[in-house]
Amino acid sequence: MGFLDQFWQLTVDGLMVGSLYAVIALGYTLVYGVLQLINFAHSEVFMLGSFGGLFTARALLPGDGSVPGGLASVGLVALGLGAGAVCGGLAAFTLERVAYRPLRRRSAPRLAYLISAIGASLFAVNLAGKEFGRQNVDLPDLFHNGTAFRLFGAAVSTQSLVIFAVAVAMLVSLDRLVAGTRLGQGIRAVAQDADTAVLMGVNVEQIIIVTFVVGGLLAGAGGFLYAMTFNASYSMGFVPGVKAFTAAVLGGIGNVRGAMLGGLLLGLVESYGGYLFQASYKDVIAFLVLVAILMIRPSGLLGERLGRAA
Amino acid sequence: MRTLFSPARLRTLGATILLGLLAAVVTGPTGNSDEPLRAAWDSIAGVRIVPFLGLAVALWLVLTLGPQLRGPAAALAEPVRRPVGVAYGRRGGPVVVNLALLAIAVVAPLVVSTAAQQSMVNDIGIYALLALGLNVVVGYAGLLDLGYIAFFAIGAYTTAYFSSQSAMPWHAPFTLNPFFVFPVAVLLAALAGVVLGAPTLRLRGDYLAIVTLGFGEIIHLVANNADGITGGARGAFGVPHLSIHLLGIDYAWGIDPLPYYYLLLVIVVGVMIAFGRLERSRIGRAWAAIREDEIAAEATGVATLRMKLLAFAIGASVSGFAGVLFASKQFFNPQSFSLQASFFVVAVVIFGGMGSRLGVVVGAVVLQGLAFYLRDKVQPADRYIYFGAVIVVMMIFRPQGLVPSRRRRREIELSESGVGAADALGAAVPAGPRS
Amino acid sequence: MSRGGAHRAVRSCDVLSRGALSRGALSRGALSRGALSRGAPTVGVSSAGGASSAVGGSSSVGAGTAMVPGARRPGPGEDGGGDLVVEARDLSLRFGGVTSLDGVSLRQHRGEILAVIGPNGAGKTSLFNCLTGAYRPQRGSVTFWPEPGRPTQLVGRRPHAITRLGVARTFQNIRLFPALSALENVQVGTEVRQRYGPVSAVFGLPGARRAEQEGVRRALDLLDLVGLRHRTHELAASLPYGEQRRLEIARALGTGPSLLLLDEPAAGTNPAEKRDLAGLIGAVAATGVSVLLIEHDMGLVMSLATSVVVLNFGRVIACGTPAAVQRDPAVIEAYLGVSDADADADVGDLGKDLR
Repeated sequence: MGFLDQFWQLTVDGLMVGSLYAVIALGYTLVYGVLQLINFAHSEVFMLGSFGGLFTARALLPGDGSVPGGLASVGLVALGLGAGAVCGGLAAFTLERVAYRPLRRRSAPRLAYLISAIGASLFAVNLAGKEFGRQNVDLPDLFHNGTAFRLFGAAVSTQSLVIFAVAVAMLVSLDRLVAGTRLGQGIRAVAQDADTAVLMGVNVEQIIIVTFVVGGLLAGAGGFLYAMTFNASYSMGFVPGVKAFTAAVLGGIGNVRGAMLGGLLLGLVESYGGYLFQASYKDVIAFLVLVAILMIRPSGLLGERLGRAA
Repeated sequence: MRTLFSPARLRTLGATILLGLLAAVVTGPTGNSDEPLRAAWDSIAGVRIVPFLGLAVALWLVLTLGPQLRGPAAALAEPVRRPVGVAYGRRGGPVVVNLALLAIAVVAPLVVSTAAQQSMVNDIGIYALLALGLNVVVGYAGLLDLGYIAFFAIGAYTTAYFSSQSAMPWHAPFTLNPFFVFPVAVLLAALAGVVLGAPTLRLRGDYLAIVTLGFGEIIHLVANNADGITGGARGAFGVPHLSIHLLGIDYAWGIDPLPYYYLLLVIVVGVMIAFGRLERSRIGRAWAAIREDEIAAEATGVATLRMKLLAFAIGASVSGFAGVLFASKQFFNPQSFSLQASFFVVAVVIFGGMGSRLGVVVGAVVLQGLAFYLRDKVQPADRYIYFGAVIVVMMIFRPQGLVPSRRRRREIELSESGVGAADALGAAVPAGPRS
Repeated sequence: MSRGGAHRAVRSCDVLSRGALSRGALSRGALSRGALSRGAPTVGVSSAGGASSAVGGSSSVGAGTAMVPGARRPGPGEDGGGDLVVEARDLSLRFGGVTSLDGVSLRQHRGEILAVIGPNGAGKTSLFNCLTGAYRPQRGSVTFWPEPGRPTQLVGRRPHAITRLGVARTFQNIRLFPALSALENVQVGTEVRQRYGPVSAVFGLPGARRAEQEGVRRALDLLDLVGLRHRTHELAASLPYGEQRRLEIARALGTGPSLLLLDEPAAGTNPAEKRDLAGLIGAVAATGVSVLLIEHDMGLVMSLATSVVVLNFGRVIACGTPAAVQRDPAVIEAYLGVSDADADADVGDLGKDLR
C-alpha cells in the first residue's frame, strides 16, 4: 500500500543516488577495461576529490552562515565541482604513478596489483583521517534547497535536480569521449588488445594515464556532489566504492554504458529495497546484488566489452 | 660530476624530495577538518623539515651512486655473509637455523617487560597463527581473501557462546571449557569457509577478493549491531581462561601471559610442521599447479574447485582456532574484527613472504614488534598509514617478501620474464564457451 | 602391406558428416606432393600413383614407417579387437558469431593413432577442447570407452573429471608448471587418482606414504620413457623446447589415460626431435593407449597415423588412410594457398592453379 504511494518519490531519490553511483562506477569500468584490473583504491580517489571540492567551496563561502543564491550558488557549485574533479584527477594520477606503474614496469603478477592497491587505499584513508580528522565533515548549503517541481506527486528537490543533471552531463560527455573522439578510440583499442594497439601506433602508456585521470576527474566531481548531498569523511569511500563497483559489474565491467545503466539500476533497487525492507539494510542490498550478479551472470547486463563502442 | 645532475637523476631527486615531504607530513601533527591544510603545512614549514630533506638527498645519492658502491659494500659484507651462507648450505644447515630461531623464541619473553609479553601473545602470537592460516589460502592456493578476520570472529564468538553464561546475551544452555570449544569453533569456521567458498571460488580472482571483502564486512557489521546476540559494540566479557582437566593433566591458564605464550609457541611450531608436510604432499603440488597454470592443472586431472575449497576451509579453520585462543585470553569487542584487521593479516603475509611459513611468522614478529615499539611515538590510528606504505613498497621492490619461499621466488621471476602466471588471477581463460 | 590398416581406416570413417567420402578419386596427383608431403623427403612414394578412391584404397599406408625406425604399428588383428575408444557425433560449436565446428563426427578405435589435420582455423583445437571439456558444444555428443563395453558421455563434464576417466591432453602452446621440477610436473599427473586427504598427509599415515612413493615411482618411470630422467629435479621452465614437449607428454601419460590427445606435438621441433617424437608416440601407442593427434607435419602424420580426418571450416571434408586422404581433391583444395613452408618446389604449380 504505502509502497505504491511512495513509488515515484522512491524512484526520484533512487535515480539521484544512482547517478552518483554511475559516475563513480565509470572510473572502475574504465580502468578495468584498459588494464583488466580492479582499481581497489578508486574509492579513495573519490574521497580525496570530495574533500578537495568541499574545502574549496567552504573557503569561498561567506563565513557568516548565510545561504547564497542565484549566480553565486552556480559559481560555488561549479568551482566545487572543478576543485573536486582536479583533486580526483590528481589523486588518480599519483596513484597510478606510485602504486601501479612500477608494477607494470616489472610485469608483476596480477595479485601484486591488487595488493598494492590495498596498500595504497590503507595509506590514503588513514592519512586523510590524520590530516582532516576522523569525524564527518559537513558542507554548508550552497543554495536554497526547495522543491523544484513535482513529478507525479513526488517532490524533486533542487538538490536532486542539480545532482542528477550534473551527473548526466558527465556521463554523456564521457560517452562522447569514448565513442566519438580519437582519444576514446585509443582507449577502446587498448581495452581490446594492448599489444596490437602498440603496433598500430597507439601510445599505450599515455592512454593508461588518461584513463586513470578521467576516471579520477569523474569520481572527484561525484565526490563533491556526494558531499553536497550527505557529508564527507575520511572513510567515506568504502561503501559507495563497493556500490559503484557493484554497479559497474551489474552493467558489465569494462562497458561504459553498462556502468551508467548499472548505477541507475542499483540506485533504484536500493531505494525500493530500503523502503520494502529496512532502511538500515540498504548497504547489504548492494552486497547481495553483487554476489547475485557474480553468481548468475558475471558478464553483466550489457556484457564486458569496452572495445565495442556500445 | 656533470652526470650527477642529468635530467633523469634530477627527476629522481625530485621524487625523493617529495617522498621526504610526505614522510614529514605523515609523521607530523594531526589535523582537523576546520583547518584542513594546517597540519600538513606545519609539518613541512619550519625547522623540522631539515632532517627529512637531508634524508631525501641521502637517499638520492645512494640511488644514483649506489651501483658504484655495490662492489665495496659487498666486500664489506663478506665476513658476515660467507660463514652464514656456508652454515646454511652444509647438510642440516636449515635445521640448525630453525633450532636457533626456536631457541630465541623460547628465551625471548623471559627478558622483556610484562607489557611486551602481553603484546607478544596477543599481537605476535595470534597474528603469526592467523598469518600461517592465510598463507595457505593466499600463498599456497593463490586466492586473495580480504575478509579473513571473519572466521577469526566466528571462532571468538563461538567460544563466548559455549564457555560462558554471561559473556554475551546469547549463550549455550550448558558450559564448556574453552579447551573443548576448540573442535566446535574450528568446525564452525571451516563450515563457514565452505559455505562462502563453494559459490564464490569459481569466480575470477579479483571478484573473489571483493566478495570475501564483503563477507568480512558483513560479519563485522553483524557483530557490531546484533546487540541481542553478540553484545554489540560492547563486546564479550568474562570468557574463562583455558584449562585442561583430563588424562591426569591439570592445568589452568590465567592472567599471566607466559603460559599462553608457550602454548601459542607450541601451536605455531606444530602448525608450521603440519603445513610443511601438506605443502610437500600431493595436495601442495596440486595447489602449486593451480597457481602456476590453472587450465593445465584442470587438464591434468586436478579438481581445482575442490582444492581451492580445501585451502579455504583449512585457512578458515586456523583462523577460527586462533579466535578461540584470542577469546579465552581476555575480553574482546568487534573492534578486533574490523576490515583493517583483515588487511593487516594480508600485509603480514605479503611482507613476510607469501607461501613461506617461516616468512609469515617473521612478518608477524617484525610488523607487530615495530608497532609495539612505536606505540608511544605513533598514534594507533596512524599505524595503518605505515602499513599501507609498507605494502606498496614491498610489492614494488620485493614482492616475494622478507623470507621468500623458494617456489614463490621462482614463480615471480618466471612471471616477470613472461612465463607463467604466478597466481590464480593470471590464468588465461579461453575465449570460448566454457562448460 | 597393412591391408588391415586400411580396413581399420575405413571403419573409423563410417559415420560421418557431410564429407568428401563419396567424392571420386584424385585427378591431380601431381600437385599433392607439394601441398601435402612436407617434411617427408623419403616418402614421395605413397602419395602419387596409388589406388583410386579415398575409401577402401589399398595404398601403402605402411610406407611412412620407413622414416621412423623402431616405430611399431599394431599389425592386423592387433588393434584391440576393433572396438571404439571414442566417438564424437555431430559436434557443433559456435561463439561470438563464429562457427568453429559444424556437425563434426569422428570415430576412433582402440589402439589407433588418428590424426586430425586441416588448415589453420579449421577447428582442430576446438574439437580437442570439446573432447576434453574445456568448451561445451552447443550440439552433439561425445562418447568415450575407457574400457570396452563401458561407454560414458563426456559432454557436460568438467575437464578434470574427463581426465580422470582416461582422456589426457597436451597443449599447442606448451603448458607446463614452470616453477615445478620435471618430476613434480609428472607427479601432478600420476597423483590424479590418489585420494589421501590433508590429515593423512600431515600425519604421514601409511596410506599416504605408500601413495606418495607409488606416485614418485611411476613418475620416474615416465621420465625414463620420454628420456628425461637426467632432468628430474630441474625446473620445467629451464628445459629446452623439445624436452618440454616430451615432459608434457609424460605428464599427460601420468594420468593413466586410455586416450591421449596431442595438440601439434611436433610444432617448433627440428627434424631430429621430430624423429624422437615419432618414436615416442609409436611406443606409447604400442602400450595400448589410443592416440589422437592434431598435426601439420605431414611426414609425421604419414608415418604414424592409421587414419586421418581432415577438417576445414569446422567440417570434416575427408577421412581415410593417410595416403588416400593425401590424394583427396577436396583436401588438396583446402590446403592450396594456406601452406607456408611449402613454397620451395611447387610455387610454379600453385601459381598456375591460382590464375
